[in-house]
Amino acid sequence: MGTFFHRHRGITPYFLLAPGILWLAIFFLIPLVFLGYESLQSGLFPDFRFSWEFSNFSSGISDYHQQFVRSFVYAGIATVACLLLAYPLVYWIAFRAGPWRNLFLLFIVAPFFVTYLVRTLAWLNILADEGPVVSILRNLHVLGPDGRLLATTFAVVSGITYNFFPFMALPLYVSLEQIDERLLEAAKDLYASPTQAFLRVTFPLSAPGIVAGTLLTFIPAAGDFINAALLGTPNQAMIGNVIQSKFLESLDYPSAAALSFILMGLILVSLLVYARIVGSERLTG
Amino acid sequence: MTSVAVTPARSRRSVGARVWAFVKHHALTVYALLMVGYLMLPIAVVILFSFNRPAGRFNYVWEEFTFDNWLHWNAVLGIQDAIITSLEVGLLATLVATVLGTLIAMAIVRHHFVGRGATNVLVFLPMSTPEIVLGASLLTLFLNTTAIFQLGFVTIFIAHVMFIVSFVVVTVKARLVDFDRHLEEAAMDLGANELTTFRKVTFPLLAPAMLAAALLGFALSIDDFTITYLNAGATQTFPVFVWGIARVAVPPQVNVVASAIFLIAIAIALGNVLWQYRGAKSDKGAA
Repeated sequence: MGTFFHRHRGITPYFLLAPGILWLAIFFLIPLVFLGYESLQSGLFPDFRFSWEFSNFSSGISDYHQQFVRSFVYAGIATVACLLLAYPLVYWIAFRAGPWRNLFLLFIVAPFFVTYLVRTLAWLNILADEGPVVSILRNLHVLGPDGRLLATTFAVVSGITYNFFPFMALPLYVSLEQIDERLLEAAKDLYASPTQAFLRVTFPLSAPGIVAGTLLTFIPAAGDFINAALLGTPNQAMIGNVIQSKFLESLDYPSAAALSFILMGLILVSLLVYARIVGSERLTG
Repeated sequence: MTSVAVTPARSRRSVGARVWAFVKHHALTVYALLMVGYLMLPIAVVILFSFNRPAGRFNYVWEEFTFDNWLHWNAVLGIQDAIITSLEVGLLATLVATVLGTLIAMAIVRHHFVGRGATNVLVFLPMSTPEIVLGASLLTLFLNTTAIFQLGFVTIFIAHVMFIVSFVVVTVKARLVDFDRHLEEAAMDLGANELTTFRKVTFPLLAPAMLAAALLGFALSIDDFTITYLNAGATQTFPVFVWGIARVAVPPQVNVVASAIFLIAIAIALGNVLWQYRGAKSDKGAA
């Protein structure tokens, strides 16, 4: 009995894991293998054959380096904009909002309750040439008489910023909310000015939230194509737009698969670089 | 006399200092309210334009107030089927993913086993992969196994379970870590067998976390576009329907449906916030 019990205990976790892990293995890991297999094929739809076609990768980079650069630049700007916009708001919610905290957190997640595509289309209304924002900016001569907001880089980047804002704000809130206020009192007792207390206590303690928020915002933003498709023109096309249209419109699966792989690789590299920077900062700090 | 002359100067300075202090203290509050305005603006536009009677095909310019769009929300061809598909996929995928994810979370938190680290990585990876890559790789699997999988309802369901599972694991895990195992031991000491213990103790204590995970999963499923679009074939969920019609002209009925989804979700969330307030108050009352 004893040995059976022990053996049974050892097996239990695998029984619990099996269904979910199998699902992830079959529909997440194995598809990545198929993606790799597809990316090395050649030929025209529907007669693709496997031929170690590494040129899919080299031509992917040379043909679409502009879209790759754009994806990372747009995602980078949007991530920084999210951080700058979110930090003061979340700081206020964590330290000043008192009983209104939960209500304001609800305001932050509220955009998620509106279908992604529909809330992006709403920016189309707001930024439209006949809309109020454009007419105000034209009257203030910020925009020329024919100036537009729609179909510009600004529209695409601000769409991404708006759509991924909660991904930055929520982890930031979690890290700020956890700060023990007695630490700030201690800083004050030790004659730190409010600025010093912020720079030496609050900000470093919120670093995990900044790191998590940056990753959660940047990764999906770099692969996004909805904002570029709805708010931009082909001049704002990101790599997601290319992958999507190659899969569903031009039916060039091998090239689309190669581009997907390059995107994943580039994101991985930028994560490693980011981890390096964050890590070394922690060492010196 | 001198005191009269000095007082205004002093009070002016203190008024100035007070104004500065007021501005400094409230600048952040003003900023927070402005940000709320920014976050709410597109939502307000969506709801507002659900009451618009557009002049032409395009619902971009405000013309005239009407209830017609709400009364005839399904007057656009395909919109009702798309919503039904979205709800069916959402419910089914959420149910399956919640069960699979809860089991994984229980294994990770409560057991030490070979491969625990690898399991954590496998759960984390889908959340840190861009949706376009998740969707694209799944599509290549389906395209290469057409004998088994035809793009449609089933492939959408499979995709949704795949990306919801990880979120369920994370949500339930957070709750399981705080779980007091003495309660289960007490039940066993009192003669309950493993099944009864699970039914009477473990499950009721886990249910709130599973419900939270299920709500999150359902919200993710009903909103997903990228992965769904790549693996949908000719089947349309609501977001896929919106994408298709956005290339022609978006009818106000799309705003009606989005507004309705928003209002239902906000009602659930507000109910939860109020419930927490009541809980906090009664806790205080008890203390």
